[in-house]
Amino acid sequence: MTKGQLLTTITWVIALIFFAPVAWMVLTSFKQESDAASSPPSFFFEPTLDQYRNIFSSDAGPYFLNSVIATAASTLLVLILAVPAAYALSIRPIKRTQDALFFFISTKMLPIVAVIMPIYVIAGQIRMLDNIFTLIILYTAMNLPIAIWMMRSFFLEVPAEVLEAASIDGASLIKTMRSVLLPMVSPGIAATALICVIFAWNEFFFALNLTAANAATAPIYLMSTMTSEGLFLAQLSAASVLASLPVVLAGWFAQKQLVRGLSMGAVK
Amino acid sequence: MGRMMTTTAKSPGLSPEEIQAQKRAARAEGWRRRAPLMPALIFVIICTQIPFLLTIWYSMRSRNLLRPEGEQFVGFSNFADIFLDSTFRSAALNSVLITFGCVIVALLLGLGLALLLDRQFAGRGVVRTLLITPFLIMPVAGAMLWSISMFEPSYGLINWLIGLVGISPVDWTSQYPVFSIIVALVWQWTPFMMLLLLAGLQSQQRDVLEAASMDGATRWQTFRFVTLPHLRFYMELAVLLGVIYVVNTFDHIYLMTAGGPGTASANLPFYIYQRAFLGFDIGQSAAMGVVTVIATIIISLLALRLIFKSLNAKEQS
Repeated sequence: MTKGQLLTTITWVIALIFFAPVAWMVLTSFKQESDAASSPPSFFFEPTLDQYRNIFSSDAGPYFLNSVIATAASTLLVLILAVPAAYALSIRPIKRTQDALFFFISTKMLPIVAVIMPIYVIAGQIRMLDNIFTLIILYTAMNLPIAIWMMRSFFLEVPAEVLEAASIDGASLIKTMRSVLLPMVSPGIAATALICVIFAWNEFFFALNLTAANAATAPIYLMSTMTSEGLFLAQLSAASVLASLPVVLAGWFAQKQLVRGLSMGAVK
Repeated sequence: MGRMMTTTAKSPGLSPEEIQAQKRAARAEGWRRRAPLMPALIFVIICTQIPFLLTIWYSMRSRNLLRPEGEQFVGFSNFADIFLDSTFRSAALNSVLITFGCVIVALLLGLGLALLLDRQFAGRGVVRTLLITPFLIMPVAGAMLWSISMFEPSYGLINWLIGLVGISPVDWTSQYPVFSIIVALVWQWTPFMMLLLLAGLQSQQRDVLEAASMDGATRWQTFRFVTLPHLRFYMELAVLLGVIYVVNTFDHIYLMTAGGPGTASANLPFYIYQRAFLGFDIGQSAAMGVVTVIATIIISLLALRLIFKSLNAKEQS
């Protein structure tokens, strides 16, 4: 075996070890409960779709629907707010661009736990507890700083000549924005949306503290399968697969955008 | 476009009215530029700064949701109390341990994987896809996967694996709660580090690397003196972002150990949550929140300094 082959083998082995827990989760989701919690672990069994059937016939629907609503609405709201803001911090920059950028990023350093109590109290007073709208607002605030940084990095890549040409044509701001800028940064908008979707879909802390029967999301459903009537490992695994699937697929297909988004636009 | 504004310098010989008009125009232009930013800025201020100011306000009052009548201003006594609270101290220590343990191990593993992936080989795309998956799994699902399928004492995979080499079963999340949490977190965050560092490696200029090897540099020397300095920015970024995200870890602790046994594995977010939502002690939990914010800022700065000062010192020696 050459050195190159050895390195390749090592890489594959490590990758498979890293992936093994995921593979095990998927495998368990196709087991009967008796096979799922067996000792020693059962690798060969008769696969069944019972767990998935159970979930589809259970009360999981509203949880997943809430996740879809909170994720889609907050992502849309983030983009509506972030695109103009990023424009004002890149193409036609305000004077204190650096300060504004620093302010936005500093809010990401604020531990959520430090603000959960006032948010809980305020939401209670305005009767917004257990309301999906509250999650939409909070997920928007959570993702907005990242989105502004990301969108800014895409605006900065628009060549100056393009903007000058548009301004010589006498195109209005809105028109320039719509016909020149937005088409050019549309890959950036997609990448930004991807990151917002990942963080909103996976969010647990706000959902745990601010929702109950009406607005609870998919992560809460996962947790409830563990605590309600004892542990059903196979069903929990199937629910985990379903809850993780949208983000896993999105991340797989958009690996490049993932890097840029995770680094808030700093790494291309 | 608005770039023309910058060219309107004050020219001599203008009447006061004209100067006034110029100033007005400049102000109007300033507001035109700021207008697109305002909705986002106001939104973020309302959602983050107002709650945080309220947290500071709460932190100076004795407020307990179970005793609504007893609220009053108590100054800094909540802060004094929490520093005497040994659980708070151990939670703070756990926060540091979990954050640094996870970020450093994930960074090193991520660096190793990034180096392994920065070559051409069969199935590279598949390997990368497999490796990033742990990061994409819903954290709640990942935490339960580790605490149940992996670490469960009687049917968990880990005990079965170590049983194959004759080690007797371990009750991981009870005996080694902090370690178990760090393992699950490292699993989740290594792909993140790997992706950033891989992007860094691939942004290296190939001709620089070739020049180094032509000059007779060994592989290790090239890595040490060319690649590592180039990666510095990416490592800083990875550490900083890692610290910001991992210091807020809540899901894993809530689901894997519930801070236990006792409070042995509670970190600050979990302990504050416990005090607020299970103890209803708003004043003290708010004071802890304020301390956590200050600590987070210090930790983020220290993380950067410590790691890269020492790296620099080594490079120079």
